[in-house]
Amino acid sequence: MAKERSERNLLSFFSGRQFLIPLAALLALVLFNLIVDPEFFRVTYGRNSEGYPVLSGNLVSILDDGSELAILAIGMTLVTAASGGQDVSAGAVVAICGSVLLRVLCGTGVASGQLQAPIIAAFLVCCLAGILCGAFNGALVAFFRIQPMIATLILFTAGRSIAAWINNNELLRVTDSTFACFGGYIKGVPIPTPVFIAVICFAAVWALLRFTSLGLYVQSVGISEKTSRLNGLDPRIIKVGVFVIMGFCCAVAALIKVSRLSTINYSVIAKDIEMDAILAVALGGNPLSGGKFRMSSSILGAYVIQFLTTTLYKLDVQSDALSAYKAAAVILLVVLSAPAVREKLMKLLRSVTEQKSSADGGRI
Amino acid sequence: MKMKSIHEKHSGRFGYLSDSAVLTMITAAVFVLLYIFAAAVFQKGFLKPQTFFNLLNANASLMILSCGMTVVMVAGGIDISVGGVSALVTMCCAVWLDHHGGSFTGAVLIALGIGLAFGLVQGFLVAYLEIQPFIITLAGMFFARGMTTIVCDAPFNVQNEKFVRIRETRINVPFLGSYNKNGVFINAYVETGVIIALLTAAVLFFVLKWTRTGRAFYAVGGNRQSALMLGINVKRTVFISHVICGLLAGIGGFVCFMHVGSGSAANASGAEMNAIASAIIGGTNLAGGAGNIIGTLLGTLTLALMQNIVSSAGLDQAWWTGITIAVMLCIFLILQSVIIAMRKKLK
Amino acid sequence: MKENTILEMRGISRSFLSVKALQNVDFTLRKGEIMALMGENGAGKSTLIKILTGVYTKDSGEIYLEGRSCPVEISSPQMAQELGISTVYQEIPLCPNLSVAENIYAGRRRKGLISWRRMNEKAKKLLTSLGIPASPVQPLGSCSVAVQQMIAIARAVDMECSILVLDEPTSSLDEKETERLFELMRQLKAKGTGIIFVTHFLDQVYEVCDRVTVLRDGRLTGEYSVSDITKVQLVAEMLGRELSEAPVTAAAEEKPVGDVLYHGVNIRSSENIAPFELTVHKGEISGFAGLLGSGRSECVRAVFGADKVTGGTVNMGGKAVTIRKPSDAIKQGIAYLSEDRKAEGIIGELSVRENIILALQVKKGFFRPFSKAEAEGFAAEYIKALGIKTASADTPVKELSGGNQQKVILARWLLTHPGYLILDEPTRGIDIGAKADIQRLVKKLADDGMSVTFISSELEEMLSICSRLFIMRDRKMVGELSGSQLSEDNIMKTIAGGERNGEGTQ
Repeated sequence: MAKERSERNLLSFFSGRQFLIPLAALLALVLFNLIVDPEFFRVTYGRNSEGYPVLSGNLVSILDDGSELAILAIGMTLVTAASGGQDVSAGAVVAICGSVLLRVLCGTGVASGQLQAPIIAAFLVCCLAGILCGAFNGALVAFFRIQPMIATLILFTAGRSIAAWINNNELLRVTDSTFACFGGYIKGVPIPTPVFIAVICFAAVWALLRFTSLGLYVQSVGISEKTSRLNGLDPRIIKVGVFVIMGFCCAVAALIKVSRLSTINYSVIAKDIEMDAILAVALGGNPLSGGKFRMSSSILGAYVIQFLTTTLYKLDVQSDALSAYKAAAVILLVVLSAPAVREKLMKLLRSVTEQKSSADGGRI
Repeated sequence: MKMKSIHEKHSGRFGYLSDSAVLTMITAAVFVLLYIFAAAVFQKGFLKPQTFFNLLNANASLMILSCGMTVVMVAGGIDISVGGVSALVTMCCAVWLDHHGGSFTGAVLIALGIGLAFGLVQGFLVAYLEIQPFIITLAGMFFARGMTTIVCDAPFNVQNEKFVRIRETRINVPFLGSYNKNGVFINAYVETGVIIALLTAAVLFFVLKWTRTGRAFYAVGGNRQSALMLGINVKRTVFISHVICGLLAGIGGFVCFMHVGSGSAANASGAEMNAIASAIIGGTNLAGGAGNIIGTLLGTLTLALMQNIVSSAGLDQAWWTGITIAVMLCIFLILQSVIIAMRKKLK
Repeated sequence: MKENTILEMRGISRSFLSVKALQNVDFTLRKGEIMALMGENGAGKSTLIKILTGVYTKDSGEIYLEGRSCPVEISSPQMAQELGISTVYQEIPLCPNLSVAENIYAGRRRKGLISWRRMNEKAKKLLTSLGIPASPVQPLGSCSVAVQQMIAIARAVDMECSILVLDEPTSSLDEKETERLFELMRQLKAKGTGIIFVTHFLDQVYEVCDRVTVLRDGRLTGEYSVSDITKVQLVAEMLGRELSEAPVTAAAEEKPVGDVLYHGVNIRSSENIAPFELTVHKGEISGFAGLLGSGRSECVRAVFGADKVTGGTVNMGGKAVTIRKPSDAIKQGIAYLSEDRKAEGIIGELSVRENIILALQVKKGFFRPFSKAEAEGFAAEYIKALGIKTASADTPVKELSGGNQQKVILARWLLTHPGYLILDEPTRGIDIGAKADIQRLVKKLADDGMSVTFISSELEEMLSICSRLFIMRDRKMVGELSGSQLSEDNIMKTIAGGERNGEGTQ
């Protein structure tokens, strides 16, 4: 009897804990790297070219480079949960926001060491651009009842063109040290700034979910729109809302990305990042068809993907070929976490333990 | 004691047309109108029959990919790996022909093999392990594009003689053509790829309308649970839809290869999104259960025509294509949703 | 196997996670016999049927079919079809995007290519022989629900089965359509088909069935010949309780009318009903009577703002208010339980607790979420008060039986402490026990001062509860009956309306 209960608990533990999926993936990667090259995990405390203390090492760069992805994963999780679809325009919207940001910073010129506007103002305009893009996507999905993947296909197709058009296809460049801090290091702080920005975003979304009913509303709308409406919700507002939040996330990601390079390449910036963000959501065990979600799982999923990318770089994989390995690893993870596969594994486990117990029971 | 019901209202003749049929008619109308508009505004170019056939020549590959996409979308799924698979096919065939001195037939077999392999694996994972198609085919796309670079990291043109000969074959279209500057009648022509595309489309049209499996796609896409209760083997149907899409991605990749004559990772870039857009413009519903081959072909041509108009208007920048396609997709999507809403009210 | 038996299921058991849906159930069906399968919700009827038809697999037990000495394993619906078992489910298992003819012939062993002409011809013959008003080429989705049901039955009939399973087929059919169905069933019975008729309707069981099998809590309680057991005994068997808890049938007493709570004039909605006027008093239970499709649900939906309201003025408690959407109505203290429990009632994947607090949370506001303790408190309170059977407050509500799901939704609305509660078919498709519970509850709420509107297709039910009935005909409100006027005769007369000479007056 006790055995039956504990077996049931084990089963429910595995099937209920969504968080375990990205965690398992993370452990697999950690194990892999420990075996292949323990040096992978070394973090050094040194000084950069300007003499300021910085932490460096693979773990640091994973947290650093994964910041944009983690921030986008937040928005993507909410979009997926409420609308049951995916936003494939994230990279393009990042391009638009980055373009707007540079335009405001450079004023009417093309390049400048002198900022034409305070960074905060530029960032606010950049956020506005992100929110407008999000509202556009949200309106198509909520008011015209177009599927999210298709609706966002429009900005996916046109976004980078729009970004280039904003700046007349010119390459703007900003060489201001304060601005470069956002993508790099703040003087005297050894941890890269994007990590802080990401943490602030996590805290913000935690507060949002804790101090408002957003979580309940998003899940209700995602599972049953009709019922939600009859309970007094307006599903359209909630759907537009999550897309707007996604737009805002794109704006923040744009700030970091543009600050890293101090310039923008319209066709390359944030390329395929939407796919990575969708992967992060899926890796976090969230159903891509919408409904229930768990934010922490998605965020962990984002860093796992970044971990995978960094691991592959360390193995000297070419950046173009990178995607092949990423795909193989993702397929492996998704297959292992598929309910059908898990059921079979559970059955196997059960039959093995049953055999053992019957063998034990045979003895007097 | 139960209440009696009032008489049923029969829907009128118009109600017998499916939503998809209505949308296809709209696409056809738009295509014709656009063509007339182009002919009126840009006269010289668009009045030549060859311009129309060039639309086919340049987009034969996309037509094939879109047809495959239609099949998988009708069954309720999606396949975003088709562009990547096409690129992989072009690179592998190029390497086979030039680096290994292989035969033309061999290249064809390789193309079919790659497409089939992707279709089989993706179909299995989606249908039997019940993983969502978006993720699997997304990974498939990543994998294909990555493999393209691994197979050969630099693009190159194929020099193989037989290939070049077949590539440059022109099939004349009887009776149609135009007079050039010297008054000589030059026949309008299409490339081999177009014939392949039209044949493929015809086969698929037949399959979708007259075979059990073809109708099963519609049933599964319309209501998966019902299809199961009706005794349709849902898993096998979904599996086959992906296999067909993969196979067509292979064929489409080969046609693309014949058209551009080179192997490159940049080939068919964005083709998957174009294929989806073409299918949607042609009246295919992403949710499943609705769509037809003729509509998809018209959708592809409309897309291509739009691009042509953009470049004829002198807006030559690569950026403008993206914006115009996006605007068109936007208009069509809004149009579709409005029409479907209106028809629901009429019922 | 005994002679004349075409199906024997022995010792069937099936569990879902920790819930034992069936325990050691036996079921027998004879040739040319109509067997009723009855039981409350959660009794296991649906599970047993799904095992027989290959949708679920059994955990243990054996199934024997006529002519086979070995037990069969039914692993898929297709296999069940091949074995001669045809099913018509309650949720119409057809594809709305395919044509009527396609739906009739889909998925059946048919070698070679499809000949549309032949298929349409055969379908037309079948449809006319059964008197079904549909064309073989029209998309199924353009037919009404009742017609779709009949097409589903036509399909099953056409498949020449030896066992026909009908899972609550009469829930959306009217009397004429039900009689047509029974005729069909008798035809098939004469041919030797064995029919399993899963139903809640006692009268129908006695009208058309030969035997009845009763399940309760996943176990077999008995199998009887219909002539050997009275209705009263059958009900007691199903409930396992004393008859005093059976549904109340005595007419409600006349009560003094309270103040006017809601007064709506000229209410119009986008759902094609004539503008109507509605007055509701405090502490009164009212109802809407009328034929199926006469606009009863549409009226209350317009009151709640569930459909698009296009006009009218509303007064509540003396003040003029605007009600254009559900959130307006909720603010005014109106609550609405939709007749479509699955699509408009429960939020399946969310827990019982989350379902209960939803409406009140929305009323309270976006920036003031309930704490975990508060939510748990509400859930516990109502689980106890309404007797909701659930493993815990965290169980996803889709795992509960129909009756308990209904109680959860009721709990949700009661939590908002409404002044006016609208219930649309609250007892449809749930077992007698839960039905009686809900009826009792409604009366108590009215006694405590709440106004209730109760819509039901069962006239006796409404007569036993309501003290005022609004009569609908052809989407127009044509009358109002209260107190001593409430009788079946009067209601029928008002619905039929007008003089013999054909003047359809109000």
